[in-house]
Amino acid sequence: MAEVLVYVDHVDGAVRKPTLELLALARRIGEPVAVFLGAGADTAAPTLAEYGATKVLAAEVPAFDAYLVAPKVDALQAAYEAVSPAAVLVPSSAEGKEIAARLAVRTGSGLITDAVDLEAGEEGSVATQSVFAAAFTTKSLVSRGTPVITVKPNSAAPEVAPAAGAVEQLAVTVADASKGTEVVSRTPRESTGRPELTEAAIVVSGGRGLNGRENFHLIESLADSVGAAVGASRAAVDAGWYPHANQVGQTGKSVSPQLYVAVGISGAIQHRAGMQTSKTIVAVNKDAEAPIFDLVDYGVVGDLFEVVPQLTEEISARKG
Amino acid sequence: MTMRIVVCVKYVPDATGDRYFADDLTTDREAVDGLLSELDEYAVEQALQIAEAADDAEITVLTVGPEDAKDALRKALSMGADKALHVEDDALHGTDVLGTSLVLAKAVEHTGYDLVLCGMASTDGGMGVLPAILAERLGVPQMTLLSELAVQDGVVTGRRDGDSASEELRAVLPAVVSVTDQSGEARYPSFKGIMAAKKKPLESLDLSDVGIEEDQVGLENAWTTVLEATKRPARTAGTIVNDEGEGGKQLAAYLADGRFV
Ligand SMILES: Cc1cc2nc3c(=O)[nH]c(=O)nc-3n(C[C@H](O)[C@H](O)[C@H](O)COP(=O)(O)OP(=O)(O)OC[C@H]3O[C@@H](n4cnc5c(N)ncnc54)[C@H](O)[C@@H]3O)c2cc1C
Repeated sequence: MAEVLVYVDHVDGAVRKPTLELLALARRIGEPVAVFLGAGADTAAPTLAEYGATKVLAAEVPAFDAYLVAPKVDALQAAYEAVSPAAVLVPSSAEGKEIAARLAVRTGSGLITDAVDLEAGEEGSVATQSVFAAAFTTKSLVSRGTPVITVKPNSAAPEVAPAAGAVEQLAVTVADASKGTEVVSRTPRESTGRPELTEAAIVVSGGRGLNGRENFHLIESLADSVGAAVGASRAAVDAGWYPHANQVGQTGKSVSPQLYVAVGISGAIQHRAGMQTSKTIVAVNKDAEAPIFDLVDYGVVGDLFEVVPQLTEEISARKG
Repeated sequence: MTMRIVVCVKYVPDATGDRYFADDLTTDREAVDGLLSELDEYAVEQALQIAEAADDAEITVLTVGPEDAKDALRKALSMGADKALHVEDDALHGTDVLGTSLVLAKAVEHTGYDLVLCGMASTDGGMGVLPAILAERLGVPQMTLLSELAVQDGVVTGRRDGDSASEELRAVLPAVVSVTDQSGEARYPSFKGIMAAKKKPLESLDLSDVGIEEDQVGLENAWTTVLEATKRPARTAGTIVNDEGEGGKQLAAYLADGRFV
């Protein structure tokens, strides 16, 4: 069976969930070969093997951290040349998309970004995308070269499918041209202890209705009561009430959880672009005419300062 | 020496209206109102600020698109850009990101550049990869998704707020930069700006002018094929309750039924 490259997203060897989802999708179209860049390949390999990686091509060079994006493209290209894959799958993070795009140019291949599903087809892998703020669903395939496809988090369920997954060193030469953008310093984002926004099964988001940074604890308590990630509308982010890293929408994160809870958010098209594919949507808003109510499975028209504390309390009571 | 700034902009269907696919499954650009992609306004704004801070700079706005795309160029000119370049050719219809980036790269080289500025993504396709591809094609540093930037003595520095970290970046010009909507509000064109824009040069080029063959672009030669586009079914109307003192409890009960609690 043809091999499919899967670019691994990880934090110091801890494999992030979207990569496991990619392995499940890769198995539908071929044999997954993981490409692991940076430190921690030996830590990651058992997990990658458990989820179906037939081997793990690993490389660790200082240039990955010292320069932006391009050295990782060099490495993925080396893996591409070593394997001649049937397809290349990359997680749809900002960086993942850029790496995939540059690889597509170098290999003369077509590119599909932000796929939400992938299946084998007669003329090649068919990718499903959700476009125009999720108003349309498209199915596409790559018609030239090797399909390079980036896949959004929560697009498939990880599947345990033990495979060999032995680590093989990948020889990487970083071109001088790839050292153009120097990373002068890097400040890791502080961990909140909550699930990663894009990967979470439940997201609770707050908007302008919160009326101040000091009220976001209502959103956080609700989120914590159900083990959710916290999101925010751009209005709340622009007002400085919550970090931009938590923004949901067109220019923030795109999320597709099992449950999305919108609190004090009107439901503007740019916000919907980032959450409309959520499985279940609920909202609390005092304006019965707010567009968010067109999307919801369940909505409460009311004052969030009354409804949300009662909701959190009731959830805690039910948990006992 | 004059710093040559080229801002790549896109003419897109208005996101607040309904957007459609045409019969050939390309984005319908005729049945809907179009405008300069809002995210490109941030790039124009940064170009203006960089030019204002520089001794000598010239801003060219560049677009690849149909006749109406001139509207996007005029908007950028009215904001303060100096001149505009429009690559327009019937053969371009249906070109995907790899083809468009090829045309932009050729056009940028044709006009000459020190700094190429882009928005973070288009508001229609929304791929967000064109700036990285442009850097790859031009063989210059990629400084993308910056929420802050400065250009001084031929060096561009800026901050990229990534998924897991915030990075301070540095590159020597020429370079390709893209800016996010966190980079600073874009100015509104003034009345004077709108009047002045009418007299600014707007040059049209076709594919042969920038050295592209017809078989490198267009729907037939796209690297991807859209098989089908279906309107997402409207979400079935949900249950809406008015809070009469029990709204929180009712919602909790709904969530418990759905096994979220
Ligand atoms: C190019 C571009 C990109 C954008 N990208 C994004 C993006 O990524 N994400 C995003 O979110 N937006 C984005 N926006 C902005 C978007 O258009 C909206 O302005 C924004 O989403 C509004 O945020 P909001 O719903 O919190 O605020 P509002 O629209 O002001 O809504 C606040 C809501 O809170 C309700 N409310 C007020 N008080 C209470 C109360 N006490 N109890 C209950 N309800 C209450 C109100 O009824 C109202 O519906 C973008 C805009 C543009 C032009």
